[in-house]
Order: sequence, then structure tokens, then C-alpha cells
Amino acid sequence: MNKTLNRRDFIKTMSATTIGVATVASGITLTTFASTNKVPVTNEKRWGMLIDTNKLTEADIDGMVSACQKEQGWGSELYSTGNQKPGWIKKLKVKDKATGKVSNLALMCQHCEEPPCVDVCPTNASMKREDGIVLVDKHLCIGCRYCMMACPYDARSFVHETLRNQKEHMPRGKGTVESCTMCVHKVDKGEVPACVASVNSDAVIFGDLYDVSSKINQTLKTVQSAQIRADLNLNTGIRYSGI
Amino acid sequence: MSNIRFEQIEGKSLGFYALIAGLGGLVLAALGSAYYMEHHGHFVTGMSNRIVWGMPHVFALFLIVAASGALNVASISSVFNKKLYKPLSRLSGLVALSLLAGGLMVLVLDLGRPDRLIIAMTEYNFKSIFAWNIILYNGFFVVVAVYLWLLFERRMNKFSRKAGLVAFGWRLILTTGTGSIFGFLVAKQAYDAVIMAPMFIIMSFAFGLAFFILILMASYQWTNRPLEDAVVNRLSNLLGVFVVAVMYFVAVYHLGNLYLAENTGVENFILFDGGIYTKLFWYGQIILGGLTPTVLIYHPATKGNRSMLGLASVLIIIGGLIQLYVIIIGGQAYPMELFPGKEILEGYGGVAQYSASLPEIFLGIGGVALAIIAVTFLVKLLAFLPESLADNAAQNK
Ligand code: SF4
Ligand code: SF4
Repeated sequence: MNKTLNRRDFIKTMSATTIGVATVASGITLTTFASTNKVPVTNEKRWGMLIDTNKLTEADIDGMVSACQKEQGWGSELYSTGNQKPGWIKKLKVKDKATGKVSNLALMCQHCEEPPCVDVCPTNASMKREDGIVLVDKHLCIGCRYCMMACPYDARSFVHETLRNQKEHMPRGKGTVESCTMCVHKVDKGEVPACVASVNSDAVIFGDLYDVSSKINQTLKTVQSAQIRADLNLNTGIRYSGI
Repeated sequence: MSNIRFEQIEGKSLGFYALIAGLGGLVLAALGSAYYMEHHGHFVTGMSNRIVWGMPHVFALFLIVAASGALNVASISSVFNKKLYKPLSRLSGLVALSLLAGGLMVLVLDLGRPDRLIIAMTEYNFKSIFAWNIILYNGFFVVVAVYLWLLFERRMNKFSRKAGLVAFGWRLILTTGTGSIFGFLVAKQAYDAVIMAPMFIIMSFAFGLAFFILILMASYQWTNRPLEDAVVNRLSNLLGVFVVAVMYFVAVYHLGNLYLAENTGVENFILFDGGIYTKLFWYGQIILGGLTPTVLIYHPATKGNRSMLGLASVLIIIGGLIQLYVIIIGGQAYPMELFPGKEILEGYGGVAQYSASLPEIFLGIGGVALAIIAVTFLVKLLAFLPESLADNAAQNK
């Protein structure tokens, strides 16, 4: 019963749920996913990312974080403290206990194929698109935070305060939950996510995991890669190599 | 049986109005707190992205769990046909409904968007235990209300036993659902255990009965109605059995977890080096809320003494709140194992800090106050209480 939608259905649902709430607090209309591209979202694609921790420098990760903040408009909350501030993408430093090897990596929503956040969400606000991107419908979210309890990657944030100056394509709202959208608004226009674009090397590869001609598909065939907490069998869309 | 007489309480004394006023004040404080948190956003609370469920959830889940347990007395009379408990069935149903109302109030008012309650009622994801719980909670109201009506309506009395059976089954499923909220969270080391569900059921028996006993003793004391030992001693024994059973389940749960290598981290955290959580576990949950009431109930020196039974009940309630605090907050505070075999130096990890803010605490207490105020009002409005529970009146029937 995962709520998997094609784009047309999605827009339809969105418009239905937005009757009466057509505009978010700051007057932003909900046009997030209604891009010019008319190709429906199908399950023939599966968007994913491969992050090579050997190539990724700390500066790259910092760049990814600020690119995401700039693109999506989070991180300038005035009152939220430390752990209350949203963090759609985080910089992690991990040390192997046996070898002492230190790796740096970026951690964001892993866009799980079997997302626990979607399973537990009582109102279907958490949902997975046909192409594997996991999103929160801000109009259905009641802020119960059960999805945050269920996410094994600490990928979701709760908006703890009233927001100002939001991005037009990314309506956010106090009392609801949010996480990395894989920059779906860009991906639907054929662009790459902001964090990927910010990295100059090929330390982060974005693309369609199913497409045998895509760079990500081909690279994944040749390098050792891992999913974080692979033991949970969530089949994540974000893969890492070098850890 | 038929000559048990039920009667409303007078509810005209100064004490009655003082009680209502005091409780009303607490409910108002809770509503004010909820408004304050909702107006500013949750940044005014101690909750964060690591501790997403705070003090309100501790109270809410405690009340919801206790609600199902408060129905015990009615269940025993209906399901197992124990005559001694029959006169208490109405009160038992009432306490159950009131506790649930209190718990749900807290749960709903702590939502990020409480104004969207209607969405929670109309948009269901049937894969979500939470969505199931919403249905179960609403159904509990209906089932118990019908049961109460059958008890009140003399001509319908004969159906009450069947309704009691349904209510009994319903509330077992309900508490299984509540326990499963945690049992299904694979991500967190402290949860994800099948034993969560039965443990919650037995917790509900203990917490609910403790509430029931306190309300029963208080209402008979304050209205000068006779309440003799036969009833009280039975309830006391039952309470003792439940408390010991809770401790047994807690022991099995922790021993089982210690056995699984992947969970030794969180077990050590709760049992040995978790600072405040370890203290709360041993001193609060086990000694204060488990061992002490057991001694009070069974020790020859205190056995049969009503004040001691009252004290034991209060301790069970406090211990129960502490137990839920350790489960809910402690379970979140301990970091998830993102990279087994690796140490996270930066970005995530460490024990999350949490201290409940005043509005959170007020909101929680307000839920308890709402439950008690509901009972107080309704026993005045309708005939929930037998006019006498004197030994001869209760026993011979
Ligand atoms: S990483 Fe977390 S938020 Fe993202 S899809 Fe998986 S469970 Fe959901
Ligand atoms: S917080 Fe929102 S998205 Fe998360 S489970 Fe609750 S309703 Fe669903």
C-alpha cells in the first residue's frame, strides 16, 4: 500500500488536498512538482546517487550542504537550537574501529525502496513516487513525527518554528516534517540535484539506477559499493563506495 | 444481583467544587501550554530532531495504556463471571473512557498540526500501526459506551456479558497496537521487539487497576459510602499479581536483549551506564514502582491496610510514568547504530539530551486532570457507583 503515484495523479491529489489551503502561509502556491515537463513519473526509472567517499573532500561535503540549504531554503531558522534545526543533509566523519581509517560522507534521506517512514505514516503524507523519490506531502502531514521515529538514518527534520522567505518550489511549514527531496523539482526538469551539481569532481554521481547506459549504473557494476544499514533490506537509492 | 442499587453522588460539597476547580485549573494550564507550543512552534519545548517524542507522549501513552487496563474489573465480571466485581463494572467502564479521553487529548495537542485532526480521521494508511491505533481508540469509545449503556438499561442487562466480551477483546487488541508502535520500529535498538506488545498489555493491567482502586477508594471515602474489605482485598491481590507480572516481563525483555549482541549497547545504556535513564530505571521503575508496591501489598505488616494500598497504587502510577519515560525518551536518546563496527566522530551520534519544558509537563498533567474531572462529573450525573459496597451487600450476590 505504498502511495506510489505518477505525476498526474500526484498533481491531482495535491490540488484536491489544497482546495481551501491553496496557498501556504507565505503566499506560496503549491506548484512544486508541476514543472513544464509532461512526461509522467513511472517506475521505469529509479533515481539514485553514488557517493565515493575516497574522492569526496570535506570541502565538497560542506559545499553540498550549503548548496542544499540555498536551493531548498532551510538552515536559517532563528530560534531552533542545535538538534532542533533542520538538517536535510549532514556531514559525517566515520572511523573504522579496526583499521582507524577515517571517511567523510554526506548523509541525507536514502530514498529507500522499502521506506519505513512511508509504512508508518498514518495519513499517507509520507510517500514514495514511482521513480523511487520519497517525499512528504506538507498538506497531509499532521506532525505526529512517527516517520522520524521510524527512519533508520535520522534523515528527517521537524520544523520547530514559523518560517520566513521560503523558496517558491519548496513550501515548508511549521509543525510538519521534511527531508531531502532529491531536488525533485530540478530532476523533473532534467537537471541534477543541487548537492550533486555543487561537486566538481565525479565524487557524486546522480542518475537512473535502472538505465544500463547511465553512468551510475555502469559505475555501480564496476566498483564495490555499499548501502548504509544494508542489514535492514531497505534497498536504498543512495549508495556509497569507499566505506 | 438485581438489588445492587446505583446512585449518583451528591456533588454539592465544598470539597467537590474545590476538586473540580483544581482539576479545571490544570486542564486550562494544559490548553494554554498547547496553545503556547503551537503558536511558537516546538522550539519552545525540549524536543528536537533526535528526541521527537517527549514528555507529552510519556503521559499520553501512559493514559492510553492505563485506560485499557481500567476496564479490567468490568472484564473480570463479564468474561469470567465473577459476581464480586459486577457492581464495579460501570465505574470500570467510566474510568477506562475517561483515561483514554485524557490520553488522546495530550496526544492530539502535541501534534505539529493539531488543526489537521480531520486528516488523521479521514486519510488512512492501513500499513501504519498508528493509523490502526486511531481506529482502535475511536472504536474503544464506541464499544465501551455501548457496554455501559447495556449495563445501565435494565432490560438490556442480559446482553451486557456479550458486550463485555467484545470490550475485553477490543482492549487487548488496542494495547497490542499501542505496544506495537514500538515493536515495529526496526531502526531503534531499544524497540523492535515482539515482546513489547504483551509487555504493554500487562503494564496496562497494573496501571489501569491502580487508577481504578484510587478512584474507587476516594469516591467511597468522600461520599461516606460503605466500602468493605472483601472487595478491596481482592483488588489489592489482583494489583499485586499484575505488578509482579510487569517486573517479570521487564526482566525477560532486558535479558532477551542482552543475549542479542546487537542490542548490548542499548542494554548497557539503560541498565548500567545511561546516567539519568539508568537511575530512573532502577530507582524509579523497579524499586519505587515495582518492588515497593509489591511489599506494601503483600507484607503482613501493611497487607489489608487501605492507606498502604492507596500508597502502593500511587507508586505504581508514578513508576509507570517513569517506565514509559525510560522506554520512550531513553530509547530515542541512545543513538542508532548507523555504521556497525565504526565510530562516528562527527555529524551524528552521542546520547541526545532532553529536558522537558514546563509546557510539556503541564500538557501531560492536564491529560490526567481531564480524566479525573470527567469521572468526577459523570458520577454526579449518572448512577455509576453502587450506593454500598459493604461486605454483605457485595459478597452475597
Ligand atoms: S532514509 Fe528515512 S526518510 Fe528517507 S526514505 Fe528511508 S526511511 Fe524514509
Ligand atoms: S509526521 Fe507527517 S509525514 Fe511523518 S508520519 Fe506523521 S503525518 Fe506522516
